[in-house]
Amino acid sequence: MAEININEKLLTVSTSPHVRSEESISKIMWTVNIALAPAALFGAYHFGIHALILLLTGIISAVLFEYLVQKIRKKPITISDGSAFLTGLLLTMCVPPTLPYYMAAVGSFIAIVIAKHSMGGLGYNIFNPAHIGRAALMVSWPVAMTTWSKMTTSVDVVSSATPLNILKQQGYDTLVNTFGGAANMYQALLIGNRNGSIGETSTILLVLGGLFLIYKKYINWQVPVIMMGTVGILTWVFGPSGLFTGDPIFHMMAGGLVIGAFFMATDMVTIPLTRKGQIIFALGCGLLTTLIRLKGGYPEGVCYSILLMNAVTPLIDRLCTPIKFGARR
Amino acid sequence: MANSFRGGVHPNDRKSYTANKPIEIAPLPSKVIIPVRQHIGAPCSPVVNKGDEVKKGQVIAKIDAFVSSNVHASISGKVIDIADYPHPTFGKCLSVVIENDGQDQWIEGIPVERDWQNLDSNSLKSIIREAGIVGMGGATFPTHVKLAPPPEKKIDTFILNAAECEPYLTADHRMMLEESERIATGVKIVMKALGVTKGYVGIENNKMDAVEVMKKVFAGSDVEVVAVPTKYPQGAEKMLIKMMVNREVPSGGLPMDVGVVVQNVGTVAAICDAVTQGIPLIQRVTTVSGKAIKEPKNLLLRIGSTYEDAIAVCGGFSSQPEKIISGGPMMGFAVSSIDLPIMKGTSGILALAEGEANTGTESPCIRCGRCVDACPMGLNPSMLSILAQKDLYEEAKEDFNLLDCVECGSCVYACPAKRNIVQYIKYSKAQNAAKAAAAKAAKK
Repeated sequence: MAEININEKLLTVSTSPHVRSEESISKIMWTVNIALAPAALFGAYHFGIHALILLLTGIISAVLFEYLVQKIRKKPITISDGSAFLTGLLLTMCVPPTLPYYMAAVGSFIAIVIAKHSMGGLGYNIFNPAHIGRAALMVSWPVAMTTWSKMTTSVDVVSSATPLNILKQQGYDTLVNTFGGAANMYQALLIGNRNGSIGETSTILLVLGGLFLIYKKYINWQVPVIMMGTVGILTWVFGPSGLFTGDPIFHMMAGGLVIGAFFMATDMVTIPLTRKGQIIFALGCGLLTTLIRLKGGYPEGVCYSILLMNAVTPLIDRLCTPIKFGARR
Repeated sequence: MANSFRGGVHPNDRKSYTANKPIEIAPLPSKVIIPVRQHIGAPCSPVVNKGDEVKKGQVIAKIDAFVSSNVHASISGKVIDIADYPHPTFGKCLSVVIENDGQDQWIEGIPVERDWQNLDSNSLKSIIREAGIVGMGGATFPTHVKLAPPPEKKIDTFILNAAECEPYLTADHRMMLEESERIATGVKIVMKALGVTKGYVGIENNKMDAVEVMKKVFAGSDVEVVAVPTKYPQGAEKMLIKMMVNREVPSGGLPMDVGVVVQNVGTVAAICDAVTQGIPLIQRVTTVSGKAIKEPKNLLLRIGSTYEDAIAVCGGFSSQPEKIISGGPMMGFAVSSIDLPIMKGTSGILALAEGEANTGTESPCIRCGRCVDACPMGLNPSMLSILAQKDLYEEAKEDFNLLDCVECGSCVYACPAKRNIVQYIKYSKAQNAAKAAAAKAAKK
């Protein structure tokens, strides 16, 4: 072997430390995408080809808009880091499967260009971009955003409403009847063969994805557990026919709570830094979700509760600073 | 264990390169470059002239402040130059260059036989001071200063820091296996000098063989050998004290504020030599490792040998090094050349091959909180780095405990955005210091 000449190439000189972990932003983002994939694919299978194309439209347009913004702003192109892909995926997982394609693209535009890049790009956005995109679609096309698939929920019932819609408008008993019994309803909510947004229906697949992220240490278990737990306890206590008459199991699995608690309320950019702060954040999300579901005009409140808690994240961060070493003796 | 500090990281320790390699005595170099400043504190002034013949162990630069340390000739020979030479941390430093005469002759009076049991605390401290002993773990704080705390600080515990938590480094590990008697004597001497009866040895549990050896050598004494969890920075003084005696050194304080003195393995071995044989600090064990080193080794090197000498003993480079590091990879210094001298605090010389350092391009913080979880000092490194970028270093100091940072690098290790947080923190500290200095100057 040839002699190595130390003077041939300049040595790199930089501040310590000189070794780093294998962790990277793109590794985190792609792992989250993988964790979401089973629930998204189930949604495409369950709702059909339109839903699949809708998912692809959201993802491709989100990536494309990120590319264009960075090109125009003459910034490094970071579309391969998986974060725009994730935003597009999350957004379309949270819209009705019948939404026109162009609306998904508009949602991606708002999420990527307005909510993410006008704030400075990845890391600087205050609000969860996918949820901003969804909220914008909600106020722009309220009808399209609340028109659901027609589907057979039990032998003799065809419904084009989500379970939460039925609960809000027709009450709990009708809800159970549309599924042909409580056991059938829980099973439908668990597996995901029920009406709702494309990617929010399969509780079991979303929980598995979430557990994978907890195992990979990309999210803290406290956030989903506390957010879902708060909703469960409050909906049980403040039930339709007096205290302690609610159905917590239904509420925890219905709507977008599972996807929200595992994948949106854990979005590291927009939630508090410390574990203590994240617990307060999750508690607030659970409270607001319940408030909107039980008292608000909308049947579902996950999206807005998370956005509202995003807004107070800087305050929570200020309150929940780590305890420095040497402060207690 | 219940007392473990919060935070910390688990880097790949890469100790297997050298953990099983016995300490090898390096051949004497043809010349040594000995800087007059190898310690924290005031530089000392040379007491030899160009052209002088010097003997091994002779004082060549003398202490003239309390926080300082003597420097001795590490070989016998002729002083061929006294001038500024490259220095790993200060850029340049006044150094005494000695050409080897091949005799390796001690100065008269060394070595001596001394029974340390008959010496009192003050004579022990003065021997340690004269022998030029400093903290050999890398911090290089003069040992005699550490052993002489102000009277109001009551010291009741001594801790031997044998954690060696830096990846790659195995010098302390090997010394414990091969030189346990010297270490034990050194510990007893330090405890006598401090007047303490309770001692601990903290060793990370990735070195159980060393734990066994040390347990044997300290059997029946008041020194307890404890295997501590392997978690970086376990060997940081404050973390180790928390681990061993569950006391938290207060913010801005020193170990002596909680009644503890901590010394490193190499340091107590050097203390043993100085007290029992009169031998000053002229050599040390250094780990030479990294993927770009052909044959990684633990070497016993004379102070003032160059990195080049040490690397040559290890067969040279096996591939083009990307980084050369003085010390460990977490807190060591990257250097720009290999014609630098081994000093009292050079615990390791690492040549990292391309990719070994896993650098990568820095991107904005994504607020994942990994740095907050990793910080053993309970700080918010993310915020400190952002404040530094905006030049808000005063806010960093006032509101975010900037000065509590020990620069252990755990945050940078953990950061997926590859942010150079320690660099930002060093910058903010320097800006604050410069501002304070300017304010002081304006007052005069």
